[in-house]
Amino acid sequence: MMEGANRTKQVLTFILGMETYGVDILLVQEIRGWSQVTRIPQTPPHVLGVLNLRGSIVPIVDLRMRFRLERAEYTAVTVIIVLSVETSSGRRDLGVVVDGVSDVIDIKAVDLKPAPDLGSQVSTEFIQGLMTVGENMVMLLDIDRLVGGDIGDVVMPPKVANG
Amino acid sequence: MALDLEQFHEAFFEEAFEALDTMESALLKLNIGNPEPELVNTIFRVAHSIKGGSATFGFTEVASFTHTLETLLDELRGGRMQVTRGLSDLLLKSVDVMREMLRSVQHKTPIDPQRVADLQFDLELAILQKNQAPAAAPELPDVAPAPTPDAALPTMPATAILGQRRWQIGFRPYPQLLLRGNDPLRLLRELHELGSLEVEVDISGLPALSEMNTEDCYLAWNLVLTSEVTRDVIAQVFDWAEGDCKLEIVEIKSGLAERTAPPSAVVVPIGIASAHEAQIEVATTATLEPAAEQGRSQGASPATPSPAQGGSDSGSIRVSTEKIDEIMNTVGEIVITQSMLSQLGSSMEGPLAEQLRSGLAQLERNVRELQEGVMRVRMLPISFVFSRFPRMVRDLSHRLGKEIELKLTGDTTELDKTVLEKIGDPLVHLVRNSIDHGIEKPDIRRAAGKAAAGTVHLDAYHKGGNITVEVRDDGAGLDRDRILAKARERGLVGATEVPDDTAIYDLIFAAGFSTAEKTTDVSGRGVGLDVVRRNVQELGGTIEIRTERGKGSCFTITLPLTLAIVDGQSVAVGSETYIVPLTTIIESMQLKPSMVNRIAGRGEVFLFRDGYVPVVRLHQVFGVKPRTHELHEGLLMIVEGEGRRVGLFVDDLLGQQQVVIKSLETNYRRVEGVSGATILGDGSVALILDVPGLIRFAAERLAA
Repeated sequence: MMEGANRTKQVLTFILGMETYGVDILLVQEIRGWSQVTRIPQTPPHVLGVLNLRGSIVPIVDLRMRFRLERAEYTAVTVIIVLSVETSSGRRDLGVVVDGVSDVIDIKAVDLKPAPDLGSQVSTEFIQGLMTVGENMVMLLDIDRLVGGDIGDVVMPPKVANG
Repeated sequence: MALDLEQFHEAFFEEAFEALDTMESALLKLNIGNPEPELVNTIFRVAHSIKGGSATFGFTEVASFTHTLETLLDELRGGRMQVTRGLSDLLLKSVDVMREMLRSVQHKTPIDPQRVADLQFDLELAILQKNQAPAAAPELPDVAPAPTPDAALPTMPATAILGQRRWQIGFRPYPQLLLRGNDPLRLLRELHELGSLEVEVDISGLPALSEMNTEDCYLAWNLVLTSEVTRDVIAQVFDWAEGDCKLEIVEIKSGLAERTAPPSAVVVPIGIASAHEAQIEVATTATLEPAAEQGRSQGASPATPSPAQGGSDSGSIRVSTEKIDEIMNTVGEIVITQSMLSQLGSSMEGPLAEQLRSGLAQLERNVRELQEGVMRVRMLPISFVFSRFPRMVRDLSHRLGKEIELKLTGDTTELDKTVLEKIGDPLVHLVRNSIDHGIEKPDIRRAAGKAAAGTVHLDAYHKGGNITVEVRDDGAGLDRDRILAKARERGLVGATEVPDDTAIYDLIFAAGFSTAEKTTDVSGRGVGLDVVRRNVQELGGTIEIRTERGKGSCFTITLPLTLAIVDGQSVAVGSETYIVPLTTIIESMQLKPSMVNRIAGRGEVFLFRDGYVPVVRLHQVFGVKPRTHELHEGLLMIVEGEGRRVGLFVDDLLGQQQVVIKSLETNYRRVEGVSGATILGDGSVALILDVPGLIRFAAERLAA
């Protein structure tokens, strides 16, 4: 992972509540405004449903719910970042719902600090590393892990809704 | 040799299997006692090219077997052997064995060597017996049969007549020879089999190591072959290298002159078909026709191991289905965009709006044509499936001692490749069923005043937006009373119940149902018709049976033309829209509260026609907030899957439309009860219900 300490890469940062996260910009396919999704039965609650993205059916994940943050109302400024990730079963696209995108920054590998272990109350498994931009801390997301352990495999135990 | 031949394996297998199909159908057409030379040539060419290809790739078992087969076929081709029923059976068996061998090599699985050895022995025996027959003509024996001790015998008498000749062979490969899948070592080995061979390699073309390209051939050979063979036998060895080498075959005269003195040297810088044919005409005396034929087919595709297709080169190209699917997807998107634009256009006003609308109408027409065009590309004639039946019927009727005439009509009817691949097995089942249970033995048929030979008729045709395939026989028909008795015995029908005929005949599709008095190895184990029905339903089709006692029965399968599109009914549940495939819907109705009964306080059922049907509330299964919970305020849709019926409770019916099926699994995963998704005219996504899956899933949930 430390391929040349001075190599830089570009990261798209976005806001979730009070926090700033980042993703490798090479994974980003497009950024689009929020639109109503089609719900899918038998999915974990943070998988909101699917959207039509230029003809392919793409699942949409609410990152706030994924990270157990307080749920926000979807407004006109809510955006969906569409990411394309290579997985064991081929290329997969997914959309993540965030409060808003903020910036594109260059980071060096040396600037990336490992996330400290915060015990069981805070999950850091999707955090690739931490970095400081200006006065803010940015958490770089490990999208591969997010997709691998989240969208593809996990099935929530079926739960009969009371009709 | 550093060249990676594996990259050519797939192409070889694909072509070899195709060639075997050609060979099989040619064998089936072959007249016993009076074979058409053209067919025999076709069969020979297939064996020859598979031998060449498998030897090149080092599949020695296949090569050795085909070699023996080729020897036998060459005898046939030369008219030195008669085509008998037994021989034709033997050859058909050889096709099976070759297919199995190739498949086992392809999948790297072991093969039963005994079976191959037995058959090879039979082939050798057939060759041997022909040589003992007085009709044996003293013609050239071509190549020696496989290196088994007793197989060497048959060449002996011929040797004495022609005598030894010495051939000087100049073999100068062009650099690309190796890339075309030719192995000079194989060629030398094959020459060696013809007689004693002196080999001299010419390395003058060899560049410095640093300039060497590992995949180029720099060597040349000067060979002297002492053998009894003729020039064209030698030329045949180099068949696959044509166009990739310069070949010079000169006879070193010493004594025995030939009947017709061939020109002393033939230089063969081949590559252009016409030039090659001219060469063959000069060089050949005995086997002009087939050799020239072969030259033509090779001129088109120089020296890759492509089995000759019996002149069926129809100017087509091979395209991977993936590429077609990509185009199909793009076209699907255009359709959606176009319908969005049309919606927008219809709400426009102003002076230009009319122009815009007419432009959009034009676009719609073109898009529809484009979509149909792409869909047609995926279509293949059903003859791809039908072609396996002549052989099957022949074998089965043999085994069961029945006389059966197979009629195939409508075999040019086209349907989607995916549908085609999945309909083969169900059809095989039905045809077997007809032969085993339907058609009676000849004496029974005669006693019933029917022709001794029964007829099985497969017919395919388009009807509406669907394709219909019928399997008809003029056999005994279904025995209504026996089915009913059996069903009562198994408790499928109550003792006093008297269902109508259609319901009774429907029983034969029940799992494990068989009325055969004894189980044969062909059918009768009761596995079958239920599987057939399930397969057909999985394809979104239906199957029906009509039958008349003593006159025969007819199975009618109706299939969608393609799996990429489905006719659907859109339904609303709360704010969601779902698509229900039309083929699964029996009826939609509104219930009165009095019609619904509860079982054990939980399961809701209602009376539909002659049975109780459970209610499945779609909003409950999918966890959606519905518009109403009251059954009489919504609609009940009676749907059927895998023989089970349920009443699907939805809020409302929206409309019927054709939708393009998209996979959820591409970016997400499989979802229980959902077969895919589609994009509606407004760009939003709607899920397509998998009705059988949904019924299963709902039942599990109710049980839990």
